[in-house]
Amino acid sequence: MREMLTKILQDKFAKIAFITLVLLYTIILFANFIAPYSNTYSNRDMSYAPPSKIYTIDENGKLTRPYTYNYVREYEPSLMQTVFKQDRTKKYYIKLFTNGHLFGTEKSGQLYLLGTDINGRDVFSRLLYGGRISMTVGFLALLVVFPIGLLYGGISGYFGGIVDTLMMRFAEAVMAIPSFYLLIILAAILPGGMTSVQRFALIVVILALIGWAGFARVVRGMVLSIKNEDFVLAEKTIGASNLRIILKHILPQTTSYVIIAMTLSVPSYILAESGLSFLGLGIQQPDASWGNMLKEAQEFTNILYRPWLLTPGLLIFIAVLSFNLLGDTIRDILDPKSQKRI
Amino acid sequence: MLKYITKRILQVIPLLIIVSLISFFIIRLSPVDPLAELRLNPSISQETLDKEIKRLNLDKPIYIQYISWAKSFIKGDLGYTSAGEKVSVKLKERIPNTLLLTAIVIFMTWIVGIPLGILAAINKETAFDRMLTVISSIGMAIPSFFFAILLLIFAVKTGWFPVGGLTSYNFNEMSLIGKIIDISKHLVLPVIVLFTISLSGLQRQMRANMLEVLDSDYIKFARAKGLSESKVIFKHALRNAINPMITLLGFEFAGLLSGAALTEYVFQYPGLGRLILEAVMKSDINLVMASLMMGTIMLVLGNLIADILLMIADPRIRGAK
Repeated sequence: MREMLTKILQDKFAKIAFITLVLLYTIILFANFIAPYSNTYSNRDMSYAPPSKIYTIDENGKLTRPYTYNYVREYEPSLMQTVFKQDRTKKYYIKLFTNGHLFGTEKSGQLYLLGTDINGRDVFSRLLYGGRISMTVGFLALLVVFPIGLLYGGISGYFGGIVDTLMMRFAEAVMAIPSFYLLIILAAILPGGMTSVQRFALIVVILALIGWAGFARVVRGMVLSIKNEDFVLAEKTIGASNLRIILKHILPQTTSYVIIAMTLSVPSYILAESGLSFLGLGIQQPDASWGNMLKEAQEFTNILYRPWLLTPGLLIFIAVLSFNLLGDTIRDILDPKSQKRI
Repeated sequence: MLKYITKRILQVIPLLIIVSLISFFIIRLSPVDPLAELRLNPSISQETLDKEIKRLNLDKPIYIQYISWAKSFIKGDLGYTSAGEKVSVKLKERIPNTLLLTAIVIFMTWIVGIPLGILAAINKETAFDRMLTVISSIGMAIPSFFFAILLLIFAVKTGWFPVGGLTSYNFNEMSLIGKIIDISKHLVLPVIVLFTISLSGLQRQMRANMLEVLDSDYIKFARAKGLSESKVIFKHALRNAINPMITLLGFEFAGLLSGAALTEYVFQYPGLGRLILEAVMKSDINLVMASLMMGTIMLVLGNLIADILLMIADPRIRGAK
């Protein structure tokens, strides 16, 4: 493990990716503390407020502690719409460690680092809370996929014959359905009125249902070649049960493939969850996920005049890119036969 | 060869049956009433409703429902959508659009991706190769719907491209050439999104294949006997490196079908992906079932075509059969 870490840190890209991911996970772990607002905060008078501007130089041209002004909504008759204007009468200094959060302003002040959404919720805070869902859903889905895929592929490959044929035909059928179609159908038949935890758990299960078949197939292929090795024969001779042979002796041989497949498949789950939530079939409001935050970016007026609503997409991109780069490097380390990335 | 193709086609049939079983039970066992929308629609007469209930055997046990559904599916009777249109008409309208989109994207990725992969492999570890690696990493990581949204902003700001749909409102009045230009204009943005995403994977795969082949003994031999570099690459390496790509063609098609759903949704492109999405949102069971089956059939056919192409390209497979 330590050896692997040193090797990862030797690669320039992998190092950056690794540090980015550690940083992202640290931030979402302490989201409650780092985010200036709670996950239930909503200021209905301030929907679509632009990001707060932070100043470090006061009106006399002197350097001061960073401060910001509140926004007020005003109706602009010439434009026939409401606009946000800064209320320059009162300065709000940004304080560290206030009200149990890392930073913030006084109670009556507003600090929207990335503006607000339609319900007047702070986008920056929601990004952190949403990250908790978007960044963990992939790993949780893997926890479901891998035991199923390993066992299924293991049994199929080990027994061979008619068992193998039937099991593989079924897996192939699952793979033959365009995965995103299956995904949206499964998500759409979820009954309404679930708690957010239940919904999250079911989304994880659905994502897993899409991914297990391909994985099981590869495992089966590996088991087919392993099962004829001498040590398996030896196990059989001393009378070990089939399940014991599969679980204790054959499957551990596939470890390095499993690790590679795991790191390389996390991004696809992150993308799948965000796609689902983007369509409104995944994580539901008021819970945040990067996908459902982007849902608001479907409207033209939003993407043209409120670009801060696009920030979740940027984070998905960064997370997926980091996982890809890291996965490539881990593959190169564990599987020297595969082609070097650089 | 004909025997092999027949065998492969026959293998497809049980596959489709299992797929239809899986999707049928997923949908039927869900707590959604398949006729809820139809019942609420005032323009649907009680007669049509009764016909649907009878056709789907909704009053009978689920396995009979499945058998009757399968029977009418084979006959080509796909029932009505919740809006009262024929499902088959709807599919006929949408499937060509999706096929057009995916065909253009596959064609373009091959035209661009294969040469780029070869170039990257030949110039391994140069600045050019590294740049391509970075670009392809970026292309693989960008979520399709997010990229589509970014392109929409671009289209709205510049006004160079129409935003959404496949045809303009005055499409019917245009001349033939005008129509073709209009459709191409609408296709540009969705094609760019899907092209970027599938190009990255293809280029990487081609590079990896090419590197593997270039490392093999017969290439070393070809070089040793003094063949020119271009002959080594185009005559010996390329032909071997491209075979695995043909298998990949089937997977690429599968990936595009899935990827296209979100892209079609953002661009309001009238394709199969958006159709199934709308059907799912309206819990329009007939439409969902039919488009799911069509998507699967398209995918399976894509794989079949890839297999046949591979057989044509690879004498080893031809010889084995």
